[in-house]
Amino acid sequence: MTFVNVKPSEEFEFLNGQGHVLLIACGALAREIVDLIETNRWTAFDVACLPAKWHNTPQFIVPAIRDKIREAKGKYKSIFVLYGDCGTGGLLDKLLEEEGVERIPGPHCYAFFSGNDAFKRREDEDMTSFFLTDYLARHFDKLIWAGMGLDRHPELLPMYFGNYRKIVYIAQTRDEELAKRAMAAARRLGLDYEYRFVGYGELADEMKSRA
Amino acid sequence: MSDEGELDLRSLNDEELTQQVHDDLYDGLKEEVEEAVHILLERGWTPYKVLTEALVEGMRIVGIDFRDGILFVPEVLLAANSMKAGMAILRPLLAETGAPRLGKMVIGTVKGDIHDIGKNLVAMMMEGAGFEVINIGINNPVEKYLDAIAEHQPDILGMSALLTTTMPYMKVVIDTLKEKGMRDDYIVLVGGAPLNEEFAKAVGADAYCRDAAVAVETAKDFMKRKHNLLAASA
Repeated sequence: MTFVNVKPSEEFEFLNGQGHVLLIACGALAREIVDLIETNRWTAFDVACLPAKWHNTPQFIVPAIRDKIREAKGKYKSIFVLYGDCGTGGLLDKLLEEEGVERIPGPHCYAFFSGNDAFKRREDEDMTSFFLTDYLARHFDKLIWAGMGLDRHPELLPMYFGNYRKIVYIAQTRDEELAKRAMAAARRLGLDYEYRFVGYGELADEMKSRA
Repeated sequence: MSDEGELDLRSLNDEELTQQVHDDLYDGLKEEVEEAVHILLERGWTPYKVLTEALVEGMRIVGIDFRDGILFVPEVLLAANSMKAGMAILRPLLAETGAPRLGKMVIGTVKGDIHDIGKNLVAMMMEGAGFEVINIGINNPVEKYLDAIAEHQPDILGMSALLTTTMPYMKVVIDTLKEKGMRDDYIVLVGGAPLNEEFAKAVGADAYCRDAAVAVETAKDFMKRKHNLLAASA
């Protein structure tokens, strides 16, 4: 495990447009990425985020990353992609291989926040778990509840979540308000609730190695 | 229109009522679809005619608009629920009256994966199209597929996965079929959000089906080819 400073800093503010490494990231990671940059005072990075709502429609991810990479080539010393496979079925990795760009390892952010090896070890146990990160706990209503149409059609709940047993909130920060929201989300979905503090996991390690 | 301002389905002629079923399926109006199915049956329509001309055709339109980005998953699920309700009325009648059988399919979500929305939609549309469907549910290890194949002797094996981490398991199933010398006895169709044609080819499936409508057309096409081959070798 790499040591990364996670203490808040009031003295360093991230400003896009000054770095030589471009991070192309899912919008669901934006807050965590900026937190890490500011607390560690990393000056190497610029950040380009794509819409987090594509979590539900991963077919939009690969073409948009391709555009971002091509737009950025020549302007940066290097480009690094902060996306898991995220439901692209290997197409993201194929694109990145063609473009000569690397990404953070892992199938999705739940895995790299938890640590890919640790996540894999619990795969069987977690098969019926629905994961929330800080971002998803914060935006549960918009992204999950309304995004899946449950605000208009709560009768669809069993079709979406009938095979799930619990919400596992893998927290990046110790935030009681978010934990309450995650617990409320579990209640709303009729699922059990489990809290796991995992921090920034391999997101922090991967960023540090490129800072 | 009735006094309450609601459409009286019984006042519509057959053509209008069929059109109304398509609209009600599109809008996910389950009770209206059920009522229309009962009315069409009362008018002497065969269960098979109700199924194909009212329900399947209605879902075909839903499928096209889903593919074109006009409808989204929640709307498709509501439509599917309505069709399911209509089929629940028709299923016992179809068994009694008989309907053309195009073939038999065993379908299930692979091991480690509990997602079944797409798989259930495919199962329903395949049934509506005239296939006998044995839905073996979620989280299926290779043994369960093999048991179902041995028990039901299907023409088609369907596998589904929603997760990037579980979709490689399809290759485990197909490789096991190969090891047992059974692979060529079955048409293997695969589907699920993260899959693509390249993946299907790489794991040794016969085809990737991007949605339920494509699955039905692909299955029909393969069954036709199978029958042609059998006829040629007879």
